[in-house]
Amino acid sequence: MGKTSLPDAAKIKDELLKVYPTKVKRKRSKHITVISPEKEGDSIQANVRTVPGIITQRGCCYAGCRGVVLGPTRDIVQIIHGPVGCAYYSWLTRRNQTRPKSADAPNYMTYCFTTDMQEEQIIFGGEKKLKQAIQEAYDLLHPKAIGIFATCPVGLIGDDVHQVSREMSRELGINVFGFSCEGYKGVSQSAGHHIANNQLFKHVVGLDDEPIAGKYKINLLGEYNIGGDAFLLEEMFAECGFTLVSTFSGNSSYDDFCKSHNVDLNLVMCHRSINYMAEMMQAKFGIPWLKINFIGAQATADSLRIIARYFGDSELIDAVEKYIAQEMPEVEKAQAELRPRLEGKLALLFVGGSRAHHYQELFKEIGMKVVGAGYEFAHRDDYEGRKVLDGLEVDADSRNIEELKVEKDNTRYQARLSAEKKHELEKQGITLNHYEGMIPSMEKNTLSIDDISQFEQEKLLELYKPAIFCAGIKEKYGVQKNGIPCKQLHSYDYGGPYAGFRGAINFYREIDRIINTRIWKLIDAPWKEEEQIRADFAAS
Amino acid sequence: MLLRHTPKEINPRKALTINPAKTCQPIGAIYASLGIHKCLPHSHGAQGCCAYHRSTLTRHYKEPIMAATSSFTEGASVFGGQANLLQALDNIFTIYNPDIVAIHTTCLSETIGDDVPQIISKAHEDGKIPEGKVVISASTPSYVGSHITGFSNMVKSMALQLSGGEGRKNDQINIIPGWVEPADMRELKRLCQEMGLNTIMFPDTSGVVDSPQTGKFQMYPQGGVGLHEMRRIGDSEATIALGKFTSQAAAEALDAKYKVPCQILDLPIGLKATDRFINALRPYSRLKVPESINYERGRLVDMITDMQQYLAGKRVALFGDPDQLISLSEFLVDLDMRPVYVLTGTRGKKFLRRMQEILGQAVPEAKVQHAGDIFLLHQWIKNEPVDLLLGNSYGKYIARDEDIPFVRYGFPITDRVGHTYFPSVGYQGGMQLLERILGVLLDRKDRDTPEESFELVM
Repeated sequence: MGKTSLPDAAKIKDELLKVYPTKVKRKRSKHITVISPEKEGDSIQANVRTVPGIITQRGCCYAGCRGVVLGPTRDIVQIIHGPVGCAYYSWLTRRNQTRPKSADAPNYMTYCFTTDMQEEQIIFGGEKKLKQAIQEAYDLLHPKAIGIFATCPVGLIGDDVHQVSREMSRELGINVFGFSCEGYKGVSQSAGHHIANNQLFKHVVGLDDEPIAGKYKINLLGEYNIGGDAFLLEEMFAECGFTLVSTFSGNSSYDDFCKSHNVDLNLVMCHRSINYMAEMMQAKFGIPWLKINFIGAQATADSLRIIARYFGDSELIDAVEKYIAQEMPEVEKAQAELRPRLEGKLALLFVGGSRAHHYQELFKEIGMKVVGAGYEFAHRDDYEGRKVLDGLEVDADSRNIEELKVEKDNTRYQARLSAEKKHELEKQGITLNHYEGMIPSMEKNTLSIDDISQFEQEKLLELYKPAIFCAGIKEKYGVQKNGIPCKQLHSYDYGGPYAGFRGAINFYREIDRIINTRIWKLIDAPWKEEEQIRADFAAS
Repeated sequence: MLLRHTPKEINPRKALTINPAKTCQPIGAIYASLGIHKCLPHSHGAQGCCAYHRSTLTRHYKEPIMAATSSFTEGASVFGGQANLLQALDNIFTIYNPDIVAIHTTCLSETIGDDVPQIISKAHEDGKIPEGKVVISASTPSYVGSHITGFSNMVKSMALQLSGGEGRKNDQINIIPGWVEPADMRELKRLCQEMGLNTIMFPDTSGVVDSPQTGKFQMYPQGGVGLHEMRRIGDSEATIALGKFTSQAAAEALDAKYKVPCQILDLPIGLKATDRFINALRPYSRLKVPESINYERGRLVDMITDMQQYLAGKRVALFGDPDQLISLSEFLVDLDMRPVYVLTGTRGKKFLRRMQEILGQAVPEAKVQHAGDIFLLHQWIKNEPVDLLLGNSYGKYIARDEDIPFVRYGFPITDRVGHTYFPSVGYQGGMQLLERILGVLLDRKDRDTPEESFELVM
């Protein structure tokens, strides 16, 4: 399909909005942006409440905190204080893979811990039961750390998870800390990410000052090891000569978090969920951060080169170049093989807080065209870049999410870069602590849609007839009933890994398989056409 | 080991649940609501509940599961969710055009005390509910009961709020199938048809959560009990309700409202429970039990007699929902197997009483637990192993660690297909179930038998 045959995105936007009542139409209109040729002024509404009754992709604050950010850490016992459901649904469903360091090292990922609150606790308070639950978990497992997660009713009845955590911390002599991540807070998972960042920063980061051996020390922030992505990246870092201290939070452990403030640089994958941590570590310890992207082979190569230039050692730069040169031939071979089968096909991506941006790289590498993309729970800076941050209005729903006041740590703050070095990097086009956002990388006459609704999804499928739609489990089968394949970009459909060079090859092959699989051509029974002709004839 | 921290030694826990064998009420309410034709379930609470329930049901059915939410924010949690629900109803009818909206509550809206029936009245007054459209509701606080309670509460709301009758008995009976799979509901309808009965089944998720691939998404698939049918259930001769935990409340409510006498039976899983079901249908049928059904029964009995040697004495652990466990245990006993550990997360003394009737004599060593968790079940297994594990997909972690043959049964099953397509109720369902049990047991025997005694014929 050539460029000229693409429908007019502005007209599609009108179609998406037609059905809505006036007020809803006005609101939704601001969430749908037609990408202009110059892009500069393209603005979008994001991180505001979903209109009740709209079938949304979004989840809640608790899901963002316990499910996304804390979920992948294997050795913190995570007790969910609330009725049983919240614990149940976040039990093993995000498929974060983890590799304990030995056969008897702690791994609580397969366990689900909850106070299973009953009516009695709703009426009389649940703190006593929570304390008892913490005690029982401690007696059974003797963990180093326990995290307590508050669900909706906990906040409403006034149980204080922080007070209970402090008490039990003193009593047991281990680190117990709470998260006030009740589901009603904020407008999506995003509030939960922020709360998780805050509490990890307050209670865990910086506890272990033991010097770390090795060169080029980095943390990887916002990588959750879905389908083993983090495993591939760990190997990649090792081969290039980096020392990866901790990942927030994929294949992650408590001890690694404790010493994560002793690195030279933070790398940020998912800007939305973890930029708070990067900013706070910068403010307190002087660690700069770089927005990188290891989804897409070219993006991976570019990211590695930028990181190498940050350190500036020729030894590292050479190692990185060697690694890229070693990996690229296979990638290019796969691209050349699959491109003819996929070139020009259309893709739509509506997912997450960074994946809708990152995965565009992979589609472009196999010649596909992304005609629409949007996030489920991102903010304006994820669309338009951090340049909009100063002008962002904080509404009532976000104002209640604590913004930590972080100050320089007098003893441990250490500026990693001189002003000249920073300037020099900027001259090379490397801006620290910065993210461009998704919109600048999109093509004109495409759509960016925030918090897409079920209705808009259906309409897009009808109007674009894409070759593939990317979303999550709730959307998957509705899309596929239209005869259009849906790739889950949260869970990867239990496949992956897709990060780095080898991951890119996996993804190309997966997209080829899912689009060109034979069954899509067998949906209609062999007699359907004939019977239709006969029926039409009889009717005429 | 996947569950490396589970010790053999059992210390009682009072406050901490580990690896629950139940989840919360609203998901059951959604599943029941999906069994009404052109119904959109609606979750009155924060967004996450609805997202979690849709995701879990989707993983189990591999089907689109539609539901809307009141999307509570902190403001709504303080000032009440009335404005959210009114706006939601307006949007739902304008955008998604269902015939019925079935609202259930959450722990959030229950804790703040939202009065949903009052809000629905207000919606009617404000003209938010178009002519001919229906809104029903069930109270389903997550801190009471389990997903089973939520299912039961929504089915009861259907029986009270969608029902109708003209006061004269029709030649028809109501079937309340309990929380079973769409294939089971289809099978129950088939058996009733074979018996020559006119039936109205509610809820009926067949054709809703197992819809065909046609190349065109249907927001509201063909299946589900119709509103016009529900309007007639008050005129039925009788109600046969399957499963005390899931169906009794609705059947009794209908009896109280319309004087439709009800019988509460165990779920017809296995030989004897199916016999009781067929027997209960007989008085309403003018036919003798047709030969076709006798044949089906005979084939199941034949299969058991043929394969009995591989079943007898095998120790079985099972976990899941009470109605299923009751009938499964009885079936296992009829197979001469020994259900030694039976555990549900749902609370209920009547579960213990019924299990005592089934296992008291036959398997006196059996441990039966209500309001238990899978962690405890695993500990029992560690203390004295079993030959077979039956339960939902979370059982696979125990099965792998302890190397136990495993048959997936119950909700949720997130890692296999088949449970939605092939029934486990009725005689044919019994054969399906038995085939799966035998399959894993014989595969294990083939794996473990020394080469010299490896058998071609079994």
